[in-house]
Amino acid sequence: MSDYSFRFSKSSKYLNATLIIIPMILLFIGVYGGLMQTLFRAGIIQSDPFVGGDYYKGLTFHGVLNAIVFTTFFAVALGNALVSYSLQKQLNTKIAWASGIMMLVGSVVAAVVILIGEATVLYTFYPPLKAHPLFYIGLTLLVVGSWVAFYNWIPMYLEWRHENKGKKTPLAVVGMFTTFIIWFIATLAVATEILFMLLPWSLGLVDEVNVMLARTLFWFFGHPLVYFWLLPAYVMYYVFMPKLAGGKLYSDMAGRLVFMLFIVFSIPVGTHHQYMDPAISSQWKLLHGIFTFAVALPSLITAFTLAASLEHAGRNNGAKGLFGWMWKLPYFDKEKWFFSFLITGLIIFIFGGIGGIINASYSMNTVVHNTAWVPGHFHLTVAGPVLLAFLGGSLYLVGQFMGKKIRLKGLAMITPYIYTVGLLIMSYGLKIGGLKGMPRRTNTGASYANPDSVLYQPDWIAYIDMSVIGGSIMFIGIVIYLISFFGTVFSKSDSSEEGSVVTFPISEPLHDEPATWLRNFKPFIIMVIILIVLSYTPVIYDVITTTYDTSLPFSPNSPVPLR
Amino acid sequence: MDKSEKLALSLSGLLLLVFFGALMYAAVAEDVEVPTCITDMDPFTSDTLFQTSEDVYEIHMVARMWAFQPSTIRLPAGSTVDLYVTSQDIIHGFKVERKNVNLMAVPGAINYIRVKFDEPGEYFFACHEFCGAAHHTMAGRFVIEENVDEPETIGGKL
Repeated sequence: MSDYSFRFSKSSKYLNATLIIIPMILLFIGVYGGLMQTLFRAGIIQSDPFVGGDYYKGLTFHGVLNAIVFTTFFAVALGNALVSYSLQKQLNTKIAWASGIMMLVGSVVAAVVILIGEATVLYTFYPPLKAHPLFYIGLTLLVVGSWVAFYNWIPMYLEWRHENKGKKTPLAVVGMFTTFIIWFIATLAVATEILFMLLPWSLGLVDEVNVMLARTLFWFFGHPLVYFWLLPAYVMYYVFMPKLAGGKLYSDMAGRLVFMLFIVFSIPVGTHHQYMDPAISSQWKLLHGIFTFAVALPSLITAFTLAASLEHAGRNNGAKGLFGWMWKLPYFDKEKWFFSFLITGLIIFIFGGIGGIINASYSMNTVVHNTAWVPGHFHLTVAGPVLLAFLGGSLYLVGQFMGKKIRLKGLAMITPYIYTVGLLIMSYGLKIGGLKGMPRRTNTGASYANPDSVLYQPDWIAYIDMSVIGGSIMFIGIVIYLISFFGTVFSKSDSSEEGSVVTFPISEPLHDEPATWLRNFKPFIIMVIILIVLSYTPVIYDVITTTYDTSLPFSPNSPVPLR
Repeated sequence: MDKSEKLALSLSGLLLLVFFGALMYAAVAEDVEVPTCITDMDPFTSDTLFQTSEDVYEIHMVARMWAFQPSTIRLPAGSTVDLYVTSQDIIHGFKVERKNVNLMAVPGAINYIRVKFDEPGEYFFACHEFCGAAHHTMAGRFVIEENVDEPETIGGKL
């Protein structure tokens, strides 16, 4: 099952390349926004010369374009690629294109609305901050488009199961289905929030909105969302990395168990984002906290399995001694540039994961909630392992689907290391600043970092400066990556026979146990539905009964009600 | 499943159990609580400071674009404060530096926490939830002094 190749139809190759290239341009707008954030926060610049915006508008497009648009597109492209490749079945290209077009139109609409300043509501679009209706419609189209892509894979999978009775579903397919099952269940809540609360209210059909209910629905979606980002990276770690390192996946069963545990535990956790909110009883917050710890379990299993796989690879490459294998991995092998994207992400995720457990720790969250610690943490997760794996994956997929050889491999290989250095510096600054009380989502440069302000906080300055240094290095890393990416996109295509087929480095398992109880999604989906009902019914009841009033909409730019 | 895998799995489980234990210990034995439902209080729309007993004060704080009311609170060292926070317009955040006080101020709901100020000094607090154009100016201070004749609050902007 390792070294086969598959001929994608021309149309699906073209579609997948488009799904990679267009979001890459949007990503760069978002990354530019990210650089501006750090400069704004430090007070180095006070007005943005290129998009004529303010700090909060920049923060909105940085968050939405990088964390929602880019990630969703990549997950769909990777799924389109790996599901057809692993099952050896052609995509229904009509449906695939329909989904792609919905996602493209939706994203561009939302991006334009943000850039013209009609949706400065941040990435966490909490009411009563109100955006233009087109912002909500655009995001809805993006989400529904990604659902359609998922529906497209289901008949392919059922057909494959019918033809291959008793055979194990390829691990890559299990991973991609897990990703989209979680995404589908989680986005139902935000769809409810948008369709029944935000959109009618933004269109002026209803006057008031229950803010706590909207927040609860948002976080029902908001935490599983991070697993939607993480799981495609996990798929690449399990499926590609052991082979790239020159070894095998240590345990096939562990991989399957991890994905199923994610289905069960990733959704009933959202209230841990609301520990500091009123109107939800503390015991339900504790329950969600405990489930959040449970979802750390699959990540701990992953840490072991991947380390074991890498050790196996290192020993295959001739390593001796207890830790010798660590030095026998292709960290700086130009031909295996993809490995550097995956391994750096994995190392960063050690810090990201620990930070996540800290955030979720019930009362400990008081110290860090909504401080700069939190962006410090999620840059170590979504902007670390997820982004790096997705960038590596994008470059690999674009090369495969456009039939091109990767150009400037050396540059590509070095990118993740530069980026990692910047990321660690920036996150350290944000995290320690956060522990000192520095708020997140705040233009500190205009107040707390400004010596002329009455609010000046001199003891935060060192940490703000670290985030500028780190952020600038990260930006340089991304620019170098884009040189290699667009160098490949615009290079001449490889018209040989070899260039027209697609190949992925699919790892073989070392321990291949039958694990029949892990072969069916159904019991795990039923379990999560039960857990959701048990954990969210009391929360929603509390929210509805202990809020005494709903709230009028407000524009972020003006301190008067919009009515 | 081989031996090392089983070992790793049990160690992971054990680690998580230790975490649960620590969490329950903090919540139950140390009484470190997170905010909960307030069901026995009427909604308020203006800021007030009451003295409820010796060394115990109750503050009703209103967060609105773009100020906390009251924004400066002068109290004697050793005071215990029952802090109720609500918002009049949009979601705000309330984080006190060097104190584990961190609340969301949400319109339509009341949030509560109890905090004790032993050490004299100035405790800066700021809004940490984006609430509009002048969000970064939304802040205030607890001023804790050894000898305070008359505890007082000052409203509006700092």
